[in-house]
Amino acid sequence: MSKMKTEMDIANYNVKPASKAKKAWVNIAKRYDLYLMLLFPLTWYIIFQYLPMYGLQIAFKDFNPAFGFLGSEWVGFEHFERFFDSYYFGRIIWNTISISLFSLIFAFPIPIMLALLVNEISRNKLKKLVQNVTYVPHFISVVVIVGMLNLFLDPNGGFVNTILNSLGFESIAFMERPEWFKTVFIGSGVWQSAGWQSIIYIAALSGIDPQLYEAAKIDGASRLQRILHVSLPGILPVIIILLILEVGNFMNVGFEKILLMQNSLNMGSSDVIQTFVYRSGILNGNYSYSAAIGLFNAIINFTLLILINYIAKKKAETSLW
Amino acid sequence: MRERSRKFSSDKWFDIAVVMLSAFILIIVLYPLIFVVSASFSNPEKVMNGEMWLFPVDFTLDAYTEILKNGSVWNGYKNTLIYTIGGTFINIILTTLAAYPLSRRDLPGRNLFMFIITFTMFFNGGLIPTFLIVQGLGLVDTIWAMMIPNAIATYNLIVMRTYFQSSIPWEIQESAMMDGCNNIHMLWKIILPLSKPILAVMILFYAVGHWNAFFNALIYLRDDALYPLQLVLREILLVTQASATEGLDSFGLGDKLLLGESIKYALIIVASLPVLIMYPFVQKHFVKGVMIGSIKG
Repeated sequence: MSKMKTEMDIANYNVKPASKAKKAWVNIAKRYDLYLMLLFPLTWYIIFQYLPMYGLQIAFKDFNPAFGFLGSEWVGFEHFERFFDSYYFGRIIWNTISISLFSLIFAFPIPIMLALLVNEISRNKLKKLVQNVTYVPHFISVVVIVGMLNLFLDPNGGFVNTILNSLGFESIAFMERPEWFKTVFIGSGVWQSAGWQSIIYIAALSGIDPQLYEAAKIDGASRLQRILHVSLPGILPVIIILLILEVGNFMNVGFEKILLMQNSLNMGSSDVIQTFVYRSGILNGNYSYSAAIGLFNAIINFTLLILINYIAKKKAETSLW
Repeated sequence: MRERSRKFSSDKWFDIAVVMLSAFILIIVLYPLIFVVSASFSNPEKVMNGEMWLFPVDFTLDAYTEILKNGSVWNGYKNTLIYTIGGTFINIILTTLAAYPLSRRDLPGRNLFMFIITFTMFFNGGLIPTFLIVQGLGLVDTIWAMMIPNAIATYNLIVMRTYFQSSIPWEIQESAMMDGCNNIHMLWKIILPLSKPILAVMILFYAVGHWNAFFNALIYLRDDALYPLQLVLREILLVTQASATEGLDSFGLGDKLLLGESIKYALIIVASLPVLIMYPFVQKHFVKGVMIGSIKG
């Protein structure tokens, strides 16, 4: 009896995996049309996302267009060393980090505050108006935004300086003075995106259980206290997720806009890693050197992302993965 | 009773503060926009010396007539239209072809594909290797450089997939499959007709992206006949700033510097108008798109 059972077990053991594998293949074959659809986008991902990653090897080579990625000669960490020793290294790193850090400190909280404000507006019409108006600048192109900055901040006849003059101050050439660059960059960024970024917080706020507010009210909490103790904790998970994404993008400061705002006079505080990569790579054709700097940037970013995600998971039990 | 009335009035003060703050924000956001509109219709001299501060002064259409006469602006407009329409079309097809299969919970290997795709959001080859690939494919200085390298935005793909998963009942798909419906048929006849809201959102996200993009054009296009509007704008609005009159030379008015200023304001209007006109109609869709994206978040 028992022998028979074991024999059967063995038989089963032999059959099961085979049929399982077969079943899996049947499952795949049955959905061949789904894979057919996926073929196109996946090909795109391979060519335009993964081939460039493969091409990153030129950061360790002397890229010669005639020989391609593979045929170029290995040089190890030469480009990285050259970058670390370069005259611009300190300035570029400082500008990149400081612009990101100041954005994180000054720009990141504003959409949250805006959402809390919108949530407190009791008249529905005003609420809708504030929302719809603050979203508008999001749709204006960076080129136009920087064009507007140039016009408004112009020392001769820009309206900001006209106001300054009428208040008895001297005109300031905001776009040319390095010490103003970061303020103008971050300030205009807030003007353009705070409204749009607040959408996600407003959505999260509307998901908070009204009973919580009622209970707080009965306990005698003022409206300010209700904001601090009900609203804010209610959207904390969303805040943390967006913070992770922000930190994960730490070194990729809005560089298209920086590039447009850059001029020879404000370079001292506007030159960041990515504008440097653009200049030395695309404009001057130092492909390997620039790819090395880009890789350095991407690795720092990726490390920061993993780190902050880990911290958030441990401390706040919220994370991207 | 006294306690209650005190509370009542503090609530009222709070309301007043909220309304005042809202008004302040509205002014900050709207004033620059109104200023641009008014300046474009005003006598540039009055704008320069600060006499025009809200409504147009000495109403004039000179700046707009100058723009209408300018060939490179028209050409840029035409190019941008081509890139926006063609690019969005490619975007939608590729995004749908990825989002639908990946929304299917019965797809073997789905998690692997999702990983391959999401990973690129956090790490990628960067500017130089991507440029070299695009160059190697011979796309540089062709209209395809404006539509192929950015054919899929991973964030949009994930939003669309989330929509397919959460808003289309799985039972419908299952019963259709029972009836022997194949997947291409299913996508075309069942999924897409049920996905009009998300398709609207995707078209809008992508189209606005194409309309406003300048960077790919900056690195991939050399021939100014192919320049999109934003690059033409950049030359006139920004490059001019650096070297006084160079960019405005295309208007043949190096000497009429003042009118040049008005032209800049008018150009801003001309370039932003299409997006701003459709804004009121699509505003609720945009918001929806962000919210669907946040569900996944």
